[in-house]
Parts: sequence; C-alpha cells; structure tokens
Amino acid sequence: MATVTMAQALNAALRDTLREDDRTLVFGEDVGRLGGVFRITDGLTDEFGEERCFDTPLAESGLVGLGVGLAMGGFRPVVEIQFDAFAYPAFEQIASHVAKMRNRTRGRVALPMVIRIPYGGGIGGVEHHSDSSEAYYAHTPGLKVVTPATVEDAYWLLRDAVRDPDPVVFLEPKKLYWSKQEADLGHRGVPALGTAVVRRPGHDATLLAYGPSVPVALEAAREAAQAGIDLEVVDLRTLVPFDDETVTRSVRRTGRCVVVQEAQGFAGVGAEIAARVQERCFHSLSAPVLRVAGFDIPYPPPRLEHAYLPGVDRVLDAVHRLQYDDVPDTIHLARGAA
Amino acid sequence: MSVTTAAPVATAVPVPRSGGTAEALLPTAVPVQLVTEAGTAATPPPGYVAPPDATLREAYRRMVVGRRFDQQATTLTRQGRLAVYPSSRGQEACQVAGVLSLQEQDWLFPTYRDSMALVARGVDPVEVLTLLRGDWHCGYDPTTVRVAPVCTPLATQLLHATGMADATRRKGEDGVVMAFVGDGGTSEGDFHEALNFAAVFHAPVVFFVQNNKYAISVPLAKQSAAPTLAHKGVGYGIRSEQVDGNDLVAVLAVLTAAVAHARSGRGPFLVEAHTYRMEGHTNADDPDRYRDGDEVRRWSAADPVDRLRTYLRGKGVLTEQDVETVQAEAEALAADLRARIDVEALLDPLELFAHVYADPTPQLLEQRGQLQTELQDTED
Repeated sequence: MATVTMAQALNAALRDTLREDDRTLVFGEDVGRLGGVFRITDGLTDEFGEERCFDTPLAESGLVGLGVGLAMGGFRPVVEIQFDAFAYPAFEQIASHVAKMRNRTRGRVALPMVIRIPYGGGIGGVEHHSDSSEAYYAHTPGLKVVTPATVEDAYWLLRDAVRDPDPVVFLEPKKLYWSKQEADLGHRGVPALGTAVVRRPGHDATLLAYGPSVPVALEAAREAAQAGIDLEVVDLRTLVPFDDETVTRSVRRTGRCVVVQEAQGFAGVGAEIAARVQERCFHSLSAPVLRVAGFDIPYPPPRLEHAYLPGVDRVLDAVHRLQYDDVPDTIHLARGAA
Repeated sequence: MSVTTAAPVATAVPVPRSGGTAEALLPTAVPVQLVTEAGTAATPPPGYVAPPDATLREAYRRMVVGRRFDQQATTLTRQGRLAVYPSSRGQEACQVAGVLSLQEQDWLFPTYRDSMALVARGVDPVEVLTLLRGDWHCGYDPTTVRVAPVCTPLATQLLHATGMADATRRKGEDGVVMAFVGDGGTSEGDFHEALNFAAVFHAPVVFFVQNNKYAISVPLAKQSAAPTLAHKGVGYGIRSEQVDGNDLVAVLAVLTAAVAHARSGRGPFLVEAHTYRMEGHTNADDPDRYRDGDEVRRWSAADPVDRLRTYLRGKGVLTEQDVETVQAEAEALAADLRARIDVEALLDPLELFAHVYADPTPQLLEQRGQLQTELQDTED
C-alpha cells in the first residue's frame, strides 16, 4: 500500500487506460507539456506522445465537438475542461449532441466519451473557478454523471467511465485533488459505476453526500457520535444512473435523512434526491428529509467562501432538526464543550 | 551571477503555418463559373477543369430526381403527412455536386436543408423524411451510408465533421469529410471553432457553405460584413474558394479539387457557393414578408437544372429521350415515396426509452413501465 493523492490516482487511471486501449485519446487545454493546470495529465504526453495526449486550441465547444467526431470515428476521447464554469461554452455540444447521439440514431451511433470537469469550491479560486455544475448534467437525459470522493474511487470510476458505452461527465472535486489515502490501485476494491456505497454505517439518521461533501458528512458523523447520535453516511458516487436501492435501504432503516451538497440548493441534485427519498421511504420517515446546501447566490469570492460552503456545523444543525423525540438536544452543547 | 546559455533567438516574423501566404489561400475575385446562365461554356479559371460528360449526365439525373423529391416532400407537408419540410429547391447543383465529389468511404455531415443531398447519396427517401414526418430519430443508419444524422443546431455538426476527419487522419485512412453549412451558420461560434481546429489539426475536411442568401428571414447583408463568406477561411489558414452555386459544372469542379486537396493531406478547404433558396425557410414561413417577387424571378432565370440541361443538350450529350427517361424516373420515385411514407408510421412509444443509454437505467425502466400501464389503460 502506498499513500496516493486523488490527483495521482486520476493520472494513473488515464495512464493505465492509454496503455491498455489504443483508442483512448486525452486532450484539452494545457494538458500536453504542462500536464494540465491541476497536473492530472502530468507526463502523459511524454509517455504516449502528442498523438495520444495533446493540447487543443482554446475553445471548449470546439474540443467537445471534436470529441464527438472522434468518438464517431472509433476513438474513445477523454476531454478535459479546465474549470467547471469554462464548460458552459460547450453546453450546447454536451446537451444537444453528446447526450443525444445514441437516441437520434436509434442506437446506431454511440458516443463513448468522457468529459472530465474539475468542479466545486474550497480552493480560494476567483470568480468562475468554483461552480458546482452537476445539476445541469444530471438534468440532461443521455449523460451519466459521476463524482468520486475517495482516491480509490477516483481511479476505478475513471477507468469505468472510459470503458462505459455511454458518455460520462466525470466531475472531479477539485478541493479533494490533494486528499490522500493508503491505496493499492492495482487491486479493485470498488463496485461498478452506478452504485452508491455506505461509507459509515449508523442507526439514527442517513447523510447522503457526494463528491466534496462526503468528507464533510463523515466529519459531521464523527462529531455527532460524540453527542451520542449514530449517523450513517452514504457516498452517492454516481448521480446518473442513481442508486435508489442503496439510498432507500439506508433511509428505511434509519428513518431520517439529510442530503448534503455544495451546490446552491434551489432545483439542485439534492432536491431531486430528497423527493425520491420521500416518495420511496415515506412510511419509514420520522422527520422531513432535509437539505444542506450552498446558498442561492453566485459562488462567493475566496475571502467569503467559508461562509458559503456547507460545513460540519450546517450539517449538524440539520441533523439536530430531525425531530428526535427520544434523543436529547445535546448536539450543540457537546460541540460547545469540545 | 551565472550566465545562462542563450536560447536561439525567435524570429520576429511569424511563419504561416498553412504553408503558404495569405494570398495563396484567397478565393478568386469573382465566383468560379464554367457554364454561363445562358447554358454556354465559360472560360474556367486556372486549376479547374469541367468533369467528364458521363459524370455531368449523372449529375443531371440526380438533380432532376432531387427536385422532384423536394417537390413531393413539400406537397406531403401541405397534406399534413410531414411535420415540417425545409426545401432546398434552387440549390440542386450544390446538393448533388456535394455528394458526387465524394467517394464511398467518405463521410457527409448535412444540415436540415440537405435532404436532396441525402437522396443523391443513396439514402432511402422515406428514411430521409423519417425525422420530418415526426419520428424521434434520423431514420437511416449513419454508419452504412456514411452520412451523419441531419443536424438542426446550426454549425454544431462542423466540429463533428472535423473530429471525424481527424479520426480518419489518425487511423491513416484516406477518407475525406464533407460538411455542409448555410450562410447564417457562418455566424455561429462553432463555425469558427471548427475551421480553427480543422486547420490546426490538418484535418481532411471540406467545409461547404451554401449561401442561399437568407437565414430564415435575415438577408446576407445583415448576416456578415465579410467580402465573401469564403474569405472567412483565410483567417484560419484554410484554402478558400467561391463558386457560382447554380452552375453544377463549376460547383462539381471546385468541390472535386477541394476534396482532392483534403485527401492528399494538404488540410481543410472552404468553398462558398452562391445560390438561392427558392422556397421559404420551411412550409411554416412566409417569405413575402421579407423579400420581393422580382428577386425570386431573377433567380428563377438562373435555375441550375435548366442551365445544366441547356448546356448538355447544346453539347450534344443529352438527348430529348434522356430527359424524358430521367423525368420518368423522378416521377416513379415520387410515386413510391407517396405510397410508402405513411407505412410503419405507427410509432411504439415504449421505444423512446430504448436508446437513451446502451442499457436503460433503473429509473427509465420504471418510467417505461409507467407509460406501458398508461397505454394499456387507454386501450381498455
């Protein structure tokens, strides 16, 4: 076992894929000699040459549209968008073509391509560098939407995404790029794309989280445990297709649920999840399903993002509001004493 | 302080990456013409030769068939048997030359106004109209006919064409990609991104602009201030040309040269054809609101089918019998289209869930079940 960062795991996934599958091409802005602004493609051009990992002109619609044609021509493009908000010029290509080609051709033309997008805040980025844009993609039929929260998941989900017969929007939580884990990437300990996983078993309530919110949920669970509240944490990992089964099983057992997302709340993925849980688990619920999210404002500047990002406190406040008749209201006292 | 070894001094004068001067990329001063509006031979500019007579006879056949197909589709729309139809009447020379310049292994990336080109490429006319009669898919199998699904969002297909051409180059194949776009489409960002990417990657793609003078109602003068639309290629380092779009002989000569340019590894090529959209944007349009009858009559006099017929008859390579035979073939195609267009028109709503993903997600299976129940309840 070695200590690996998520950035290194993603790099290894691309490297191993390029090695195993000649059809794989990696391209985007600055992904060549520089290795990408987050160094996820570090060394790939050196190892595989300009023909396999290359820089494109600076135009996001262009590089996604190029990927569509390359996929039609038999390649497996892995496109890097530099930052979340820079994907917006490519949205027409993604929504009207990447997502729909299989359907428009009655299944005759598939587009097995991956669009990698670093997303979310928490790194002190200036404006347009910290958006959580997952709802746009999850709302678009035909796309699969994946977001890892651990180092091992980052490696295996990216490997799965490239092998997948459908286009995958692969959202990389940029504040977790430098998170570390003791991991043996050569050994698969991760179920397939499309499944959620219970990160921490618990009895009193379920926290549903994905991407950058998973470590927050786990920390909240640790603090809650000190106050005698046993929280289960589910890492959704894949937003589309959604693993209703794992989520429903957890919430039916705990009877309480908080959805945690970093994105602004209104019409977000968390709203969809809360609705699904309520529809499926109503008779098991002891309290309304709550959402913990960012606020419905443009992502704030670096000096104020701490006030925006859903942290442990906001999660625990929600947990506290889950109407426990049989649990003393001690969460804040416990935290205050800590 | 240590002195570092001096790096080679970069030259201040940029070297054109297209391998030539800007002048070498420029289109001719006036559109290339090989046959005059009167149907007589014109003097071609250097570099262009008239295609062989047999090819021109075949072009005539496909233009007549294409026009009849187009007319039939317009009629079907008036009868309510098609949801909508964007006619390309008046653009037959472009539609047919665009296809005749290609070989079997090449790909065509059409817009919604290129139905005649699809028929000329050999796509079943019923399949050409499948989407327009209100179905949810493009009708034909793009991989067998090597025609991308007809594209509605303007100019977006040019990037796909560039990617496909780049794929061809990477695989070491000798295929070329022909990408159609209209005058309005040259204002879209994807047009410019596609030209730039194609030039940088040296992709074997021919961008073919059918300038039919209108983007729905907006005339060319409000669309672009460029000297010609062909000039737009020069800024990207792309060899560009303009041609009389109602002169089949010229369009075919120029596109053949453009395809040969791309196939020989010399990179992309841009051709602008000056033509005219004789009908409205679609059957739902009212062109009388934005253009006058004199203009339409002027263009009628420049009709591409009449011009080619006059030229070939004058040359003695097309007989009256040939003309009648071709017309009969066109009528037969129209009759067949009328007979078959409504067959299999009953669509299975449940198939809407079949091709969203390779395998339907659990959520789609659930929704499919819901719709199935609703449909059964309706039947009961």
